[in-house]
Amino acid sequence: MTPTPLNTPLKIALVGNPNSGKTTLFNALTGSAQHVGNWPGVTVEKKEGRVRTDGREAAIIDLPGVYSLAPYTSEEVVTRDYLIIEEPDVIINIIDATNIERNLYLSTQLLDMGIPQVIALNMTDIMRKRGDEVDVAALSAELGCPIVEISALRHAGLEQLLQQAFAAADEGIPPFFNRKFSSRVEDALSKIAKIIYGAVPPEHLRWYTIKFFERDARIWAGAALDGEHRQLSDYEAHRALLARIEGIVAGCEAQLDDTAPSIITGESYDFVERVVARTVRRTVEERSGSEKIDAVVTSRILGLPIFAVLIFAIYYVSVTLIGGVVTNFMNHTFIAHWIQAPLASVLTRGGAALWLRGLIVDGIIGGVGAVISFIPQMIVLFLLLALLEDCGYMSRIAFLLDRVFRRFGLSGRSFIPLLISTGCGVPAIMSARTIDEESERRMTILTATFMPCSAKLPLIALIAGVVFGGVWWVAPSAYFLGIASVVLSGLILKKLKRFKSKVSPFVLELPAYHWPTARNVGLSVWDRISSFVKKAFTIILLLSIVVWFLSRFGFEAGSFGMVSSLDHSLVARIGDLFAWVFMPLGFGNWKAAIASLLGLTAKEQIVSVIGILTSAPAGGHGAGAPTVLALFGGQKLAGYAFMAFNLLCIPCVVAVSTMISEMRSRSWALFTLAYQLGWSYAVALMIYQFGMLAVTGRISAGTVAAVVVLAGVLFALLRPTARRGRKDVDDKITPGVFLS
Amino acid sequence: MTTLKDIPIGSSARVLRVRGEGALQRRILDMGITKGCLVKVRKAAPLGDPIEIKVRGYQLSLRKADAALIEVQ
Repeated sequence: MTPTPLNTPLKIALVGNPNSGKTTLFNALTGSAQHVGNWPGVTVEKKEGRVRTDGREAAIIDLPGVYSLAPYTSEEVVTRDYLIIEEPDVIINIIDATNIERNLYLSTQLLDMGIPQVIALNMTDIMRKRGDEVDVAALSAELGCPIVEISALRHAGLEQLLQQAFAAADEGIPPFFNRKFSSRVEDALSKIAKIIYGAVPPEHLRWYTIKFFERDARIWAGAALDGEHRQLSDYEAHRALLARIEGIVAGCEAQLDDTAPSIITGESYDFVERVVARTVRRTVEERSGSEKIDAVVTSRILGLPIFAVLIFAIYYVSVTLIGGVVTNFMNHTFIAHWIQAPLASVLTRGGAALWLRGLIVDGIIGGVGAVISFIPQMIVLFLLLALLEDCGYMSRIAFLLDRVFRRFGLSGRSFIPLLISTGCGVPAIMSARTIDEESERRMTILTATFMPCSAKLPLIALIAGVVFGGVWWVAPSAYFLGIASVVLSGLILKKLKRFKSKVSPFVLELPAYHWPTARNVGLSVWDRISSFVKKAFTIILLLSIVVWFLSRFGFEAGSFGMVSSLDHSLVARIGDLFAWVFMPLGFGNWKAAIASLLGLTAKEQIVSVIGILTSAPAGGHGAGAPTVLALFGGQKLAGYAFMAFNLLCIPCVVAVSTMISEMRSRSWALFTLAYQLGWSYAVALMIYQFGMLAVTGRISAGTVAAVVVLAGVLFALLRPTARRGRKDVDDKITPGVFLS
Repeated sequence: MTTLKDIPIGSSARVLRVRGEGALQRRILDMGITKGCLVKVRKAAPLGDPIEIKVRGYQLSLRKADAALIEVQ
């Protein structure tokens, strides 16, 4: 590696275990200058920021937290591909001194990579407080790599860390890391090294050799490297060489009576143990502070009650207290009285055309405002959740609830997304990222929006209050429908092969508790809110304009223009096109159809559309009852089916676009949309048809259809589980690492 | 053959071997549960599963089904 000229910016990669203080360090190093960006084409977020020291600048890349560089989680793949392909100038490897063995295990893999490196030894202050001691100079000598003691939290040692990182990058010399495996393993490794020598970048030779020995599927398939076209005869020679490597590995496995990955990890941890024994003095282990807290917080008796009280408090404060009062204020006072009304009069006085005034005031402000008014509630909710996250309680929740959720194909970590979903589906879907088992993550995303979000509350209020005249059971039944849909869908879908694609164990670190820091909590809230706001001013803005246009323009008296009656608007024409679809559900008219369709822009739209089309006060009681009931042909049952359909159907566009990006696959996104549509239709059909059967006693074609659907659902619930397919990585060999 | 699943709460055991293939085995190994290391079973969740163990000085939670892959003595 040649020294980087002073004028090109250096690339510093920040790597470390989850919970090692990596994000805190990144935030501390980049300060206010950080710019956060989603990188296109990658599956997991990495963040880039800028750091400055001694008048020099460098880009620092925060890679996802990993425990290893095995190719099994998306975080691991992103991190190692970045290190091997993008070739950063230097790695800052952050180590949590209070959890040194597991952190050094990752370091052994990083040091093998042959990239200049500096170790940031974090949290030594906490370690010393516990009475432990580390000989930093000796540890540095053992690893052949400079070590800087830091405290990311207190911003201590950061300047020195950066200076060391710049110096290591300038020198361009990888660490002198000279650990040896047992002689049998080293023997096999040297044979493999001879075969692959010349086919891989020389500085990464050791790392590649070990990865070949581990039968690392991505390396064998060459997937991590640029493929090159070769002659077929070369290709066959290449395969013969791979077969030779396989022979060497199999021989070593037979000698040691163990699998290759187990040999490598076992010996790596043994090495770490020896290093730690020589350089770290640990007091006799008793119960740590976190374990004392957990003795109460996750105990058999108090664990669940404490959890229930905490969640109730968070939900009560953010949704009921803040949500009820502030969101109402935002909607009716802030948006309607303070913005829309004055703006309308200004536009009128300024002589703006009627259509322009309508577009700006009703279309744009009305549409975007409906979304913006949820921000105060979201800030409070995210703030409280970020506090739980930062202090370490979130993983305890997963620990407490895993048993329940697993039955439905979900994980203990699914609780948070489902909970957030009763507020808003968008952050709920995003928070599913913390679930590392892929099928459980996808199941969570698919089912989360079945929970009635706050935007669906007006609809529930309308049906319960206006259609049913305030009967007590309607509103709670909406929540029951949501929960039942999550549970039943989980039971049905987890039997599909689609949800069996990957097998990975549930191993969940319970990190040490610590006080949340204002900075981390603030940044986490800001991160989530800003993307929400961004969407409000892009997708929502655009759709509001479209919807407004469609409902105000149409063909009247033979010519196209602004219409005086909604019946003539384009939206009515569109509604007529597919109203028949809802006939079996009891609400096959264009108004109900269009309300459902417009509900896809934002679920609040359903009630406002019904309000306009029936001139009933939205969410009001009594006054508009006859006209709203007329929408459902005078049948309360049809009104209930309408509510059920809209609660369970595809969520609003913002949630859908989030779902598409988080599913990270077109086929999964389509499957999810199709399932949500199918499920909501099936439930509404059964409710309406079986309800009609009970009321009238007559069997119709619709009844037969409902029976067929019910039989299908029961079959899907009770049929035996599909066999587990266990294929993690495509085993097709593309000539990337080409051996010849 | 004894696995970690059979170890009573409060007791410790030494790891002999981690069974399973691919991601299943590797994830457990990567967390430091390797041949020869000492694992202490701290508690079970209120509903009986998963369990909490202490390994290499930190707290880790595992499902019983995964604990059954870890042979101990």
